[in-house]
Amino acid sequence: MRKMSGIVKFLRRNAVAYIFLAPWLLGFLVLTLYPMVYSLWLGFTDYDFTKPDSTQWIGLGNYLKMFGPVFGLDEFTASTGEVTRVDPYYLKSLSVTFTYVFASVPLKLLVALAVAMLMNQKLRGVPFYRAVYYIPTLLGGSVAIAVLWRKLFEKDGLVNGFLGIIGFTDLPSWITNPKYALWTLVLLTVWQFGSSMIIFLAGLKQIPQEYYESASVDGANKVRQFFSITIPLLSPVILFNMVMQIIYAFQAFTQAYIIGGGSGGVLNSTLFYTLHLYIQGWTYHELGYASAMAWVLLLIIGVLTAIVFRTSDFWVSYGTGE
Amino acid sequence: MGPGNNMKTSTVVRYTLTHLFIIVLGLAMIYPVLWMVVSSFKPNNMIFSDPGLIPKAVTIENYISGWKGYAGTSFGKFFANSLLMCTVAIVGNLISCTMAAYAFARLKFAGKGLWFAVMMVTLMLPSQVTIVPRYILFNTFGWVGSYLPIVVPRFFATDAFFVFLLVQFIRSLPKELDEAAIIDGCGKVGVFLRIIVPLAIPALVTTALFTFLWTWDDFFNHLLYLTNPPIFSVSRALRTFVGDAGAVVNWGGALAMSTLSMVPPFILFFSLQKYFVQGITTTGIKG
Repeated sequence: MRKMSGIVKFLRRNAVAYIFLAPWLLGFLVLTLYPMVYSLWLGFTDYDFTKPDSTQWIGLGNYLKMFGPVFGLDEFTASTGEVTRVDPYYLKSLSVTFTYVFASVPLKLLVALAVAMLMNQKLRGVPFYRAVYYIPTLLGGSVAIAVLWRKLFEKDGLVNGFLGIIGFTDLPSWITNPKYALWTLVLLTVWQFGSSMIIFLAGLKQIPQEYYESASVDGANKVRQFFSITIPLLSPVILFNMVMQIIYAFQAFTQAYIIGGGSGGVLNSTLFYTLHLYIQGWTYHELGYASAMAWVLLLIIGVLTAIVFRTSDFWVSYGTGE
Repeated sequence: MGPGNNMKTSTVVRYTLTHLFIIVLGLAMIYPVLWMVVSSFKPNNMIFSDPGLIPKAVTIENYISGWKGYAGTSFGKFFANSLLMCTVAIVGNLISCTMAAYAFARLKFAGKGLWFAVMMVTLMLPSQVTIVPRYILFNTFGWVGSYLPIVVPRFFATDAFFVFLLVQFIRSLPKELDEAAIIDGCGKVGVFLRIIVPLAIPALVTTALFTFLWTWDDFFNHLLYLTNPPIFSVSRALRTFVGDAGAVVNWGGALAMSTLSMVPPFILFFSLQKYFVQGITTTGIKG
């Protein structure tokens, strides 16, 4: 009897809350947790979407396929006895993605901070300016802008048109030149600094003006003030922005897909990780391999996030005094 | 008088220069977008040669040729498809995310700490790690080639971003109102419907806005699931202008339809700007 009333009590206390939570909880279990476990398992198989019934466990085969070239392998014998070729483009996609992330994220944050500081003055019209500067971010992720970007950086595109006016000749097609193609994508990403700018601007407004005034009285110049007041007080916001932008950048897909016309572009110069994953999974139907790639991506993002948080002890201050 | 006047002049000069700098930089930033809009009204053979903003000839030919769409389906249908998807996605997110957020922000229950931590982790989870099994799952349901894989998850609060946004907002509402309502005889459901939902309207608008934008602009899921032209979304249809080798056949049409595709986000942004800013600053994520 006592036990019964315990259950009743538990239900009474929690039932309503769990009803409210039910959609999310169901979504989490069915659309997040189960897929995660399932894709972890798929990553150790040769699951092919066109013939799922012949799926075999291949142990670390998919991971060897990715990282085999690191050990000088061209092919290897999988646990099924089948001789498998390594993926010749995987490491390329990794280096393209790392270059993209580590070029675009710091640049984006720098530009965002600079513009936010520019706007953090007693100026009229800041809300309007802020809106204009947000326009690229509003539209930038769309297919439309990616199509436009192709047009801008082609041989006879807008950019070369302007450079021609200033007197440059013999200009390349930026979009199809493997040396520059990735950098047009970096530029496209940096161009969308609007969200980070708005967050920085909100952060800057929180810094009491008196700090700067008393620093001026003490004879600290603007540069000194920037490094000893602005940066420390803004550091939690910078950390947060950095982590989210890194996570976000690793998953970039649309722009590379459109600009490369569904491929990794010339010499795979814009073969983003997610693009390679898509091609492996949906062009070649190798969903097992794609799952393994997804898990490596998760690990990379997890490790990098952890590293950023670890180093943050040295450069992020949470306002607990000097 | 003298020094004071001087200082005033130098301040005025400084402000003017700052304004000028911001305006010039801003113009440079939105120049590509402006150029796109203007070029969409230029005759096809003039788009290539002219980096300027003032067209030498104006035509709506590009809009007519672009509107024809792809594989016999016009852009009118693509726009209708996108709007339908966005509307259903908004309804789904509003219901499911608000319910979850209310539980997290206001109710006490066993396991709350754990589930909240789980929710925060999913916020940072790259979607690639669930995409393959979801695809296989939706395929066994026979959903590939329909809107269901895109809209149904929205009824299960899979966009943790909005749950987080709404939790933050609901937590900031004064608790006294809940307590007063409870004294008046409201249950937890009553408090939710009569107090929390009406007060959370600003955050709900933000949720609806970003749901619209992300569904409108999403490409990856549309590429995976919208497999035949009659159900293409706008963003999926725009891709058909770009061939597999990356070549664009009808540039005029591509720019015209791209311009049109930006109109809805643009209108929403400028009419509801403060909700954007609020959404970005209270969560600080994405965009």
